[in-house]
Amino acid sequence: MLKDITIGQYFPGNSPVHRMDPRVKLVLTMAFIVMLFMSSSFYGLLVGILYTLTAFAVSGIPFKMMYKSLKPIVPIIIFTALLNLLFVRTGDVLWQFKFIKITEQGVHTAVFMVVRIVCLIIGTSLLTYTASPIELTDAIERLLSPLKKIRVPVHELAMMMTIALRFIPTLIEETDKIMSAQKARGADMESGSVIQRAKALIPILIPLFVSSFRRAEELALAMECRCYHGGEGRTRMKQMKTGSVDYAAIAVTAAFIGAVILINIFVKG
Amino acid sequence: MNTFLKAENLNFSYINEMEEPPVKTEVLKGISLDIKKGEFVAVLGHNGSGKSTLAKCFNAINIPESGEVAVDGMDTRDENNLLPIRQRVGMVFQNPDNQIVATIVEEDVAFALENMGVEPAEIRRRVDEALKTVGMYEYRRHAPHKLSGGQKQRVAIAGIIAMRPDCILLDEPTAMLDPKGRAEVMKTIKMLNRENGVTIVLITHYMEEAAQADRVVVIDGGEIVMDNVPKKVFSQVETLKNLGLDVPQVTKLAYGLKKAGYDISTEIISEEECAEAVARLIVESGR
Repeated sequence: MLKDITIGQYFPGNSPVHRMDPRVKLVLTMAFIVMLFMSSSFYGLLVGILYTLTAFAVSGIPFKMMYKSLKPIVPIIIFTALLNLLFVRTGDVLWQFKFIKITEQGVHTAVFMVVRIVCLIIGTSLLTYTASPIELTDAIERLLSPLKKIRVPVHELAMMMTIALRFIPTLIEETDKIMSAQKARGADMESGSVIQRAKALIPILIPLFVSSFRRAEELALAMECRCYHGGEGRTRMKQMKTGSVDYAAIAVTAAFIGAVILINIFVKG
Repeated sequence: MNTFLKAENLNFSYINEMEEPPVKTEVLKGISLDIKKGEFVAVLGHNGSGKSTLAKCFNAINIPESGEVAVDGMDTRDENNLLPIRQRVGMVFQNPDNQIVATIVEEDVAFALENMGVEPAEIRRRVDEALKTVGMYEYRRHAPHKLSGGQKQRVAIAGIIAMRPDCILLDEPTAMLDPKGRAEVMKTIKMLNRENGVTIVLITHYMEEAAQADRVVVIDGGEIVMDNVPKKVFSQVETLKNLGLDVPQVTKLAYGLKKAGYDISTEIISEEECAEAVARLIVESGR
């Protein structure tokens, strides 16, 4: 059962968004975040919402996935809303009970913040829906490669990330096996207080650590046998190319950001 | 045929520096071995006999303490020879999970070529070729952890043959596989040897696999004790037993029959040979 997990939330497809260069996708996602935080009025946010919806529609990702990406952060959204509602004390008072005072300005800010966060999460989740973790790692490696000049070990970091991703399913499987083995020896992991249950994890974690080290040693050996000698002189099979889709996406994003700037200047929210 | 792998009076020890004073364990003692281009050699020996250590000497993972190891004439002690040697001599390990680096099959097969700095278009071509050779081309977009053991091991082999090595060292490649996976891997190894002329050094615990080689080398206590064609090695049932090794089941049967007084050759290593010999015995005794 544990074996069936998928890493990340990649949603395979062949839409223009999927075909985009992951580097461009990553940069545009960052531009999108900037765009959301730049907009100081509801009209600006509206542009952000429109952008998110357009991107989703083009990507062909089912809209119900939007809701799925939001689910884990519902508590944060509620918390933000309450915080703004209760602690913004300027503007006309709408309702008052003892020390609780809700103002018009508070409601305004709360709604504004919630819309912004929702937009942010949905928009950025599109990146992880349309690019596999490995594509993203590659994109980050290539985007950061100028940093090699100031001795940032970019290749090594990306390699570590790739290996970590590669070994998640293997280690989960291993954990499963060790758990069964310890249960067969009478280990009790489901009952007792929190402390007792945490203690019961030790006989699982120790064998897992030991075997991970053994795996690491063997993997290092296997990598050496395959001529691995760091990032120097290394080529890649998959070349990243920026094509017409990418230029179109950049143009569209630039237009949306332009719209937000214009709204900021001319419309008083 | 010319010698491809050469070991001369090779000594190797592991030094455990955790102990005080450091403990030195001699693993290989004066090994001399010549392996020719295109040969299929099986290496036998019980656990701790030094067979894996020997294999690692042949691709410059282990550097000899004294004596000499040469790959295609290149001394393994010379640092500059390191990459050319590893490119010529690939190594496949026991556990397929621990030698697959990437999260997609084809990316893993490309790994060695990327390290070697091969042009992207050429990598693509060689990766496809290697995957087709081991029969895993349809799985090129799959995640390795979703494959069976035999399939994973074939991907690992593809990752090696993409380098186009002259020789492949396999360290118990079938030990963790089920019978089906074992058969798949053996078929691939034999095909690489017969059709592509790749030199194979197969370390194994399965006598049936060793019986398929051109030559069997038996190692015990860090020394070569037998080196001959499989028929000659396996016919010495008693000697092998004393070394803690088994013989193929059919050889055991023939040996038992011989001991019981039947006229049968003990140089039987394949099922067909055995069936034929036993059938002949039955016909003869019927007369």
